[in-house]
Amino acid sequence: MSGFRGKFSLLVLQNAPLLLFAVLVIVFGLMSDRFLTPINFVNIVNQASHIAIIAIGMTFVLLIAGIDLSVGANMYLSAAILGVFLVGMPPLVAFPVVALLGLAFGAVNAFMITQLRVAAFITTLATLFIGRGIALYFSGNKMVPFSKSVLAFGRATYLGVPSAIWVFAIVLIIALVVLKLTTFGRQVYAIGADPDAAAKAGINVKRVVFTVYCICGVCAAVGGLVSGSQVAVASSTFGFQKEFPVIAAAVLGGTSLFGGRGGVLGTVFGAVLIQTVENGLVMTNANPYIYPLVISVIIFIAVFTDSSRTTVLERLERRKIRVEPD
Amino acid sequence: MTAPVSPLQAAPEADQPLLKIEGLCKSFFGVEVLHKVGFSLKAGRVLGLVGENGSGKSTTMNIIGGVHQKDAGQIQFDGVDYKPKGPRDAARQGIAFIHQELNLFRNLSIAENLFITEFPKLVPGLPFIDRAAARKRAAELLAAVDLDLSPSTLVNKLSQGERQLVEIAKALGAKAKVIIFDEPTTSLTTRETERLFDIINRLRAQGIAIIYISHILDDVMRICDDIVVLRDGHVVGSALKSDMTIERMISLMVGRSIDQLFPPRDYSAPKGEPVLEVSGVTQRGTVKDITFTVRAGEVLGISGLMGAGRSELARILFGIDPYSSGEIKVSGVPVVAPTPTVCMDHGMAFLTEDRRVEGLMMEAPIDNNIALSSLQKYAGGLGGFIDHGRLDGDVQKMSASVQISAKDIARTLVKNLSGGNQQKVVIGKWLLREPKIFILDEPTRGIDVGAKNEVYKIINSLAARGACILMISSEIEELVGMCDRIMVMAHGEIRATFDRGGFNREDILRAAMWDGNRSTAA
Repeated sequence: MSGFRGKFSLLVLQNAPLLLFAVLVIVFGLMSDRFLTPINFVNIVNQASHIAIIAIGMTFVLLIAGIDLSVGANMYLSAAILGVFLVGMPPLVAFPVVALLGLAFGAVNAFMITQLRVAAFITTLATLFIGRGIALYFSGNKMVPFSKSVLAFGRATYLGVPSAIWVFAIVLIIALVVLKLTTFGRQVYAIGADPDAAAKAGINVKRVVFTVYCICGVCAAVGGLVSGSQVAVASSTFGFQKEFPVIAAAVLGGTSLFGGRGGVLGTVFGAVLIQTVENGLVMTNANPYIYPLVISVIIFIAVFTDSSRTTVLERLERRKIRVEPD
Repeated sequence: MTAPVSPLQAAPEADQPLLKIEGLCKSFFGVEVLHKVGFSLKAGRVLGLVGENGSGKSTTMNIIGGVHQKDAGQIQFDGVDYKPKGPRDAARQGIAFIHQELNLFRNLSIAENLFITEFPKLVPGLPFIDRAAARKRAAELLAAVDLDLSPSTLVNKLSQGERQLVEIAKALGAKAKVIIFDEPTTSLTTRETERLFDIINRLRAQGIAIIYISHILDDVMRICDDIVVLRDGHVVGSALKSDMTIERMISLMVGRSIDQLFPPRDYSAPKGEPVLEVSGVTQRGTVKDITFTVRAGEVLGISGLMGAGRSELARILFGIDPYSSGEIKVSGVPVVAPTPTVCMDHGMAFLTEDRRVEGLMMEAPIDNNIALSSLQKYAGGLGGFIDHGRLDGDVQKMSASVQISAKDIARTLVKNLSGGNQQKVVIGKWLLREPKIFILDEPTRGIDVGAKNEVYKIINSLAARGACILMISSEIEELVGMCDRIMVMAHGEIRATFDRGGFNREDILRAAMWDGNRSTAA
């Protein structure tokens, strides 16, 4: 009987974010008749795209038990360089260029972490401020407008699906293939589980870690451009504090902050969940000041269920020495 | 595709050594840890490498495994000069190293672990994994080590013995010609050990050369063909198994003859009052109806196979885990609502199985560790400030009395000590509290013969001073050598109790092997 209760609570804990999502959809649906419409759902995914893209990159970093706090700064710096120095590029050129800028930013983090052995938390905290500082300097502290062609791309739909969702889908598919079907992807999980063992097993840990921070940088910049194509200008708060919803999306989606567990599909779900909350709060005319409060509570619930799940699992897996008749 | 599984070497020139080491030297920070070490290994033979902790076994193996570079000397592998650039290079050249703490990723499947550095590819040159091929090859490798599991099973779900077999399968997959085992049996059950030895015998028959490092000299005598003994970085003995005995290995290892590994004690001395009285302690699924008494000055051993409930009983006695019925009394006083704190107040001390995790602050110096559990004793007055003069003096005395070998106990970090010295720190820590009951769970696991002897002496002196000692051990030899009585557990029950004089290895083992009447329970 206690076994059944244990398994039931585990089932609940394992699907806590899903249950949370269901509850929120029902509550918001009851409070606003505009919430439960197909258009609104497409809208939610559209608005969640940039967070999801950046969070996919963050998932790689979290899987190796790292952290990247500089994603928002990366977004802003890449956008500022594009808007100030590389004006008027068509989207087909702008995306690869921005991706390269993001890659460079990520490579700086990666270099400091793998070669200079500075803790990832400190490294990316530093590049967060440095990145924003350089971006403010380049932009002369003014708003940086995105080019008309990029804005046109942001408004465009292909086969009835908004462009942002297309970019997001492409990034997701690439990430899924890389994580599941390449040696690199499996090595990411291995390093997250035990970096020492990975080195002893002959994995080039430094190279994998370096690559992971570069991937995160690329995703941050691409996510920034997607977001920019939707909001038209990069103001001085562009990308400000983005690391919070991004890390939250990954954690809500079941990626462990201690590495080795999780994946990008969960992360995408987490991003959509966060956007659903924001959207629902708007739809129900909630006071904007409570947005961060609500989101924090949800993230707390997610992290809390994650640690309770670990405890319950340990209890369930405790060895039985005697087989007792029931 | 069966060829890669059994790199069957016909071994035409069987007299040629496969691995030949000569004059190997290595220093760390100016301290010489290997001095002209040399031995050779032939294909299809098992070489046992024994020595105390710090004798240079691990350094030698780390050089062969590519973890460290040698300072001087020559290694010939398969007739050519061998200089691995790193672990990966060593593996590629055919040397597999199975570390004591296994190198597996618990969050990945067996197949993924087997191929983590080199997955079979869908298209050569492209990075995509051929998962079907990986599973198929993994199944072949698992069959070669008799592991009947799906390759997609997560390593997390495997027992320690099964994980070891996965490591061996990995070595086979890498077409290893030499496999190095470092303490492979310390965490295996008896049955798993038997299975491992079967596999090792099979590998030997296939012409693979094996280096087997272990503290368990019985195992070394059983499985090895050649034995090399190291002491302080020198080879002090090298012989065929037939020319070697356990006693000789021990005397070579310690450099002096330990005529008695187990120091004598006056077993006939009258025992004191009952100190620890346990009656009918039962916890569903763990232990049933445990009843025994330990008197002052008595050493009671608890024997049993892994999973017999010995450690679980210890945890219950020390108040870590609950029990549903029964009673525990200390010096006639019932222990009410036991928690570790309550039990400590009753004068209990508990040395856990895994001192690295539960017993010590690895990053702190020796004196802080010894003082940790007794700080309250030295705090007094208004504000409860610690009387450092008194504390430091007592800690110094304690450290000397348990013979911790370190230059400065205020500077040396515990993580830099050998296993034996770490265990002495744990003992010292508890002794400072002056307990009257010691629960020792595998007190000599993973420490070398010399340190074992010293731990035994400490245990004897505690008993002589009237402490009562409960000693859990998987080494029957150790219990026979040390205890006044031995209690045997199986499936959470006490199956037999033997008095000194009536000790008999076979009877003890037979009692431990009791199958728990599975048929009636079902």
